Formats: sequence, C-alpha cells, structure tokens
Amino acid sequence: MTESANNEDLVMVQTYEIEAGNFTLAGEAASNIKKLLRQLGIDAKIVRKVSIAAYEAELNMVIHSLGGIMRLEITPKEIVLKARDDGPGIEDIELAMQEGYSTATELARELGFGAGMGLPNIKRCSDKLHLQSKLGQGTYLEARFFL
Amino acid sequence: MKIRTIKELLDARLIAGEDFLDNEVLYACGSDLMSDVLAFVKEQTVLLTGLNNPQVIRTAEMLDVSAIVFVRGKTPSPEIIQMALERDIVLLSTDHTLFEACGKLYEGGLRGR
Ligand SMILES: Nc1ncnc2c1ncn2[C@@H]1O[C@H](COP(=O)(O)OP(=O)(O)OP(=O)(O)O)[C@@H](O)[C@H]1O
Ligand SMILES: [Mg+2]
Repeated sequence: MTESANNEDLVMVQTYEIEAGNFTLAGEAASNIKKLLRQLGIDAKIVRKVSIAAYEAELNMVIHSLGGIMRLEITPKEIVLKARDDGPGIEDIELAMQEGYSTATELARELGFGAGMGLPNIKRCSDKLHLQSKLGQGTYLEARFFL
Repeated sequence: MKIRTIKELLDARLIAGEDFLDNEVLYACGSDLMSDVLAFVKEQTVLLTGLNNPQVIRTAEMLDVSAIVFVRGKTPSPEIIQMALERDIVLLSTDHTLFEACGKLYEGGLRGR
C-alpha cells in the first residue's frame, strides 16, 4: 500500500528517528520539519497543517509505540509524511480513529495528552490519510498534503 | 488585542519575548489539555494554561501561537524559557486562576473564535 512518490519528482527526503517514551525530545522531529518547510518557502497554512500532523504522529510514536522512523518527502505537488513504528500495533483502527478513544498512560495525560484527539486531528489536517497496523508488528501512517 | 494589553489586564510578569509585546493576538484559549489545543486553536492566539512543561512550548510552536500565559503564578524552568526565546514566543505569568484570567481577557474584549 506504500505509494511512494515518483523518484524523478522527489525534491527532498528527510528521516527522523523517534524514541519511545522520551517526552523531553518529543516534538523535536516536528519542530525540524516545520523549520525546513518554512525555509523552503512553503505556504504558511500548509506548513502549519503538516507541523500539527507531524507532531501528533510523533507524540503517538513516543507515547504508544516502541519507537520508529518518521520520513518527510517533498515533491513539487505534495508533501508526504510517513511514520512507521516497531509495534505494538493498533488492535482496532476504526476505534482508534474515533475522537475520545485513548489508551494513553498516566504520564502522557499529566503532560496534557491522551484525549484521543490525535488521529482525528491528523485526518483533519491532511488531504489524504492512510493508516495500517498489525498487532505485534507495528503501525504505518501516511499523510499527504497537496501543494 | 496587543500582548502588552493582555499583560496589563492580567497583572502578568513578562518572562520572555519583550520584543513581541506589541504583536496582535486575535483569539484566546484556556486549557490544560494540549490534545484539545492542537485540535482547535488558530494562529495568532494567546494560550492560557496551568500546565508547565516543554510540550506546552512545542504545542504553541506547531500552532503558531504567539503568547503563553502561565496561570496561578507558575514559573517555567530555564529550559522552557530558552525554548520559547528560540521560537519567538512570548511567555507571561499571572497569579490569577485559569478561570479568572480567561474572564478578564473576555471582559477586555478578546474572544475564543
Ligand atoms: N503508533 C501507535 N502505536 C500503537 N497505538 C497507537 C499508535 N497511534 C495511536 N495508537 C492508539 O490509538 C489511540 C488513539 O490515538 P490518538 O492519537 O487519536 O489519541 P491519543 O494519542 O490517545 O491522545 P491524544 O492524541 O489526544 O493526545 C491511542 O490511544 C492508542 O491506543
Ligand atoms: Mg495521539
């Protein structure tokens, strides 16, 4: 299901390693993505949407996963955000996509997260969202933003 | 409303961002739930919160929030202040509660959306 951007169109690719459970670093990747998109002169509204989605995806990897890789692809037509983690996976994707559903830890809640708003927010911010997951294997999220 | 006016209405202390006190904010949001803030807040907003951790600054950064008011006298750590300085985000601290601080800004004419 991985729709990769056409290689000839690819202007830029960046990858970011996301560490599970590290709340101090959480947001560093999204922050770098935001800076990069700004430097490239991308429209501020789109920068904001990609940044919010990247931050939510990064937080989900920090809070819920065993860690993984976030990848940003930029082409003349679109920005693609790909987040792949090493597990534990999501049992029921439909349920996870519902506002208010959360299995977040107490620590995440103390920091102000865990309201079950992240995935719906990524869907709202992006033009196209693909989410696939398998228990025991991991989760793959792909969000597209048309330029 | 100018951030300077917010500071005055809330008898707030300036912690970071003196250069941006004359910037305008259009909306305000009071919340301790960053999940909600991420889903609803627009740009050029002042965020009032009782939370005091680096993720508050991160959240503000992603949303292009111009100013953060820490309520009930909370003072952020030097690390948090440094993060705000690097991102041109104004930090204020007020002794008022979240409820009272929001009320004062509403009275002053600021709205949520
Ligand atoms: N990368 C992931 N790995 C495993 N489970 C995940 C992952 N991302 C999301 N989930 C599951 O989906 C649920 C809903 O995610 P969502 O981002 O909408 O809310 P949340 O992270 O719990 O809270 P919020 O995003 O509001 O802080 C999570 O509570 C978790 O159970
Ligand atoms: Mg989330």
